[in-house]
Amino acid sequence: MISNDTALMAHLLRRAGFGANRDELESYLEIGYDGAVEALLNPSDPGNMPDDLIRRYHVEQSELRDLPGSSAYWMYRMISTSCPMEEKTALFWHGLFATGYSKLNQARSQLNQVEMFRRSGLGSFEDLLVELSKDPAMIVWLDNNENHGASINENYGRELLELFSMGIGNYSEDDIKGCARAFTGWTLGNAEYMSVRAAKDSIWPYGRIAWHFDYREEDHDDGEKTFLGETGRFNGEDIIAIIVKQEATARFVATRLFQFFAADEITEAGEKTIEAMMATYFSSGYQIRDMLRTLFHSEYFKSEEARFARVKGPVEMVVGAIRMAGNYQDPYLGIEKVADTMFFMGQGLLRPPTVEGWHEGAEWIDSGALVERVNFVAKELSNVSSPGVRSIIERLEAGADQGVLQPSELADGCLDLLGPIQVSEETRSVLVEYASRHGDLDLNDHQPGDQAEQRVGDILRLVAATREYQLA
Amino acid sequence: MTTTKREKSLIVIQLSGGNDYLNTVIPYSEGKYYDYRPTVNIPQNKVIPIDDHYGFNPSMGPVKSLWDEGKVAIINGIGYQNPNRSHFRSMDIWHTAEPDSIGKEGWLGRAIRDIDPQGENVLTGINFGRGLPRAMACPGVSVASVGDLDTYGLFPDVKDEELRMFTLEAFSKMYGGAAGRDPVMELLGQTGQDALQGADILRTAPAMYSSSVEYAPDSLAQNVKSISQVFHANVGARVLYTQHGPFDTHAGELISHAKLWDEVAGAVGCLMDDLKEHGTENDASILIFSEFGRRIQDNGSGSDHGSGGVAFMIGGAVNGGTYGEYPSLAEAEQIEGDLRSNNDFRSVYTGILEDWLGLDAAPIVNGQFEKFDLFKS
Repeated sequence: MISNDTALMAHLLRRAGFGANRDELESYLEIGYDGAVEALLNPSDPGNMPDDLIRRYHVEQSELRDLPGSSAYWMYRMISTSCPMEEKTALFWHGLFATGYSKLNQARSQLNQVEMFRRSGLGSFEDLLVELSKDPAMIVWLDNNENHGASINENYGRELLELFSMGIGNYSEDDIKGCARAFTGWTLGNAEYMSVRAAKDSIWPYGRIAWHFDYREEDHDDGEKTFLGETGRFNGEDIIAIIVKQEATARFVATRLFQFFAADEITEAGEKTIEAMMATYFSSGYQIRDMLRTLFHSEYFKSEEARFARVKGPVEMVVGAIRMAGNYQDPYLGIEKVADTMFFMGQGLLRPPTVEGWHEGAEWIDSGALVERVNFVAKELSNVSSPGVRSIIERLEAGADQGVLQPSELADGCLDLLGPIQVSEETRSVLVEYASRHGDLDLNDHQPGDQAEQRVGDILRLVAATREYQLA
Repeated sequence: MTTTKREKSLIVIQLSGGNDYLNTVIPYSEGKYYDYRPTVNIPQNKVIPIDDHYGFNPSMGPVKSLWDEGKVAIINGIGYQNPNRSHFRSMDIWHTAEPDSIGKEGWLGRAIRDIDPQGENVLTGINFGRGLPRAMACPGVSVASVGDLDTYGLFPDVKDEELRMFTLEAFSKMYGGAAGRDPVMELLGQTGQDALQGADILRTAPAMYSSSVEYAPDSLAQNVKSISQVFHANVGARVLYTQHGPFDTHAGELISHAKLWDEVAGAVGCLMDDLKEHGTENDASILIFSEFGRRIQDNGSGSDHGSGGVAFMIGGAVNGGTYGEYPSLAEAEQIEGDLRSNNDFRSVYTGILEDWLGLDAAPIVNGQFEKFDLFKS
């Protein structure tokens, strides 16, 4: 029988990571749930191949200015990391502060933004918003390079309030103007030239040039502004200091974290958890890490209600399956095709469709996307030459009575080792019936790729195709 | 299958990467064309003239034959104000019919929703090729994406056919069972069933189809063949989409552009022959477009991203001819070295939606646009 500790730890790792194979799960179980929460929330060395070696040996991931190499590079980081929460957090902010390649034509600036999310994504929300406002990719994405002291461009000021902090209905049009004025002069080096280059999508004559933040005092509107009832000669940092004090901001951040790390739908018990996260937001000085600690320790999060309460996003789906299968531990050629696969499922890394990010939850599911999801994961997990699948076979053999598994043991064993995954009685009975096709499975003397092993692969394929596998 | 008058279908061929307008419909009588294009030009004696001023690229023979039959509409100078030269952004603009802000819904996704508001037919819209073009993406609209018609569906990598059938049967049971009260499980079950059903119908299409037309082996011709098979299977497919490329001819343009147009013109010629053979020539129209045209001045080997392009509408029901003015090559008329578009792409969409698919165009293309009379009434 699967212990509740194991099931709970697997749940935590699906949320604070991309799911876990049994070896990982066991090492987290050794330090216990509380220890695991702390380990996940305090990332150390992710253990990936250092960037300088990737640049030297993996050319295809080194053309960081364009989309395929850059998304492949991030994929590799997600697949290989031993600090999955760091990448999961970066993915969360990438979806919330959605910045897209389409307008920038400069993926390096986006990878820099992602690196900023790794660095600051679990710290203070105030600091994060300041960094975001200085991020060159964001500046070009939302036209703050066109926001001048003499003539404001409201795009960034508006979205900062609407999509990045408080949400609509909590400020006036005048507040937006005050906000935009405060961010005048926040631009990037050589802004005029860079924006022409981005719009023309041209690499001639000098290739693409790295972007950096530039504050132009002479273009900043230093006059008095009124913002959310406060008046002063505010600059951007002052505006952010006012934003983060708002109750609406606390609710917005807590809700978005909850929906990404706990459940798509907010129930009554979920609402109480969000309120607890809001209290932590204020008591900790806006610390994201502390809010997530509150979430992961909440009764709600640990309850049955929160299990499998999210539809896996395509990135979670793909990265999770690859990590489970143990593939792409080095930045091999071919990983860019995997990045394409996620795009086919509806989530192109570094190319969110709009500044609103992706529509998540049930909206991930349509027939075209479902076919892609099932086919990718089924293929990945049924390949018995993959190291992760080999390890599942070894564990099944070790747990079998004299090396022989009855059909129900085979089905239950696969559900356990891929999760544990809870499935309905109906799903389970189909799996058992399927496993019965050739009677008991004798794993004695199995050889790589033989028929006995392939039978395990066949069951794993079908588990990967269940409705339940679509959920995290 | 059915003998009643069939509904009209739209077939879209997207030329990805920015098709070079100047070397597609060539202003061969104009000296400026040869001045701006000292190397990347089509010599006068190679152009296939359509009148004294303009002519097709030499690779477009089959299109010229259709032109002579009055089945080709050339829409000149198509684009939008404030052109964007980014492939992604410009394609998004074409896909969402929203040049000024970032659009959320694809224009064809909206059209599919209007054609089939209850989502009763999972095959109303089909993309041939993997992934979904944004043009067809719209929340709540199911669109099938067919990479390869012969292997379309679930578990294509399972080569043992018996095992595959057994696995599909298990899948069907798992997705067919009652889901209890959980709406997400319910949605997953329904979507899984839709996918199976769509795949079952689509897999029968090739068997129901016979034709004397032989399509070329290139990927576009094969996708167009699949389009013809599905269209003729009478499964209610109203929007059938595919794309070809890369038309991003920065270098070595004369060779690659000729090859690409060989393939496009060949596929279109085959498809029109196929429709004729099946007596369905007046039931499908083909839209061909690209996200932008290319720079007027060549770069010595190819041409860079520009603005102002050309689109084509082809079909038995199309009013052949040229629509709109060919943009001037005069320096004063250019925008930053590019052709100035004089026809908004949304006016073509409006014509297609209203006069071909019978839909209300304004809510789909985000506004009122004058339209050309592209179709025979």
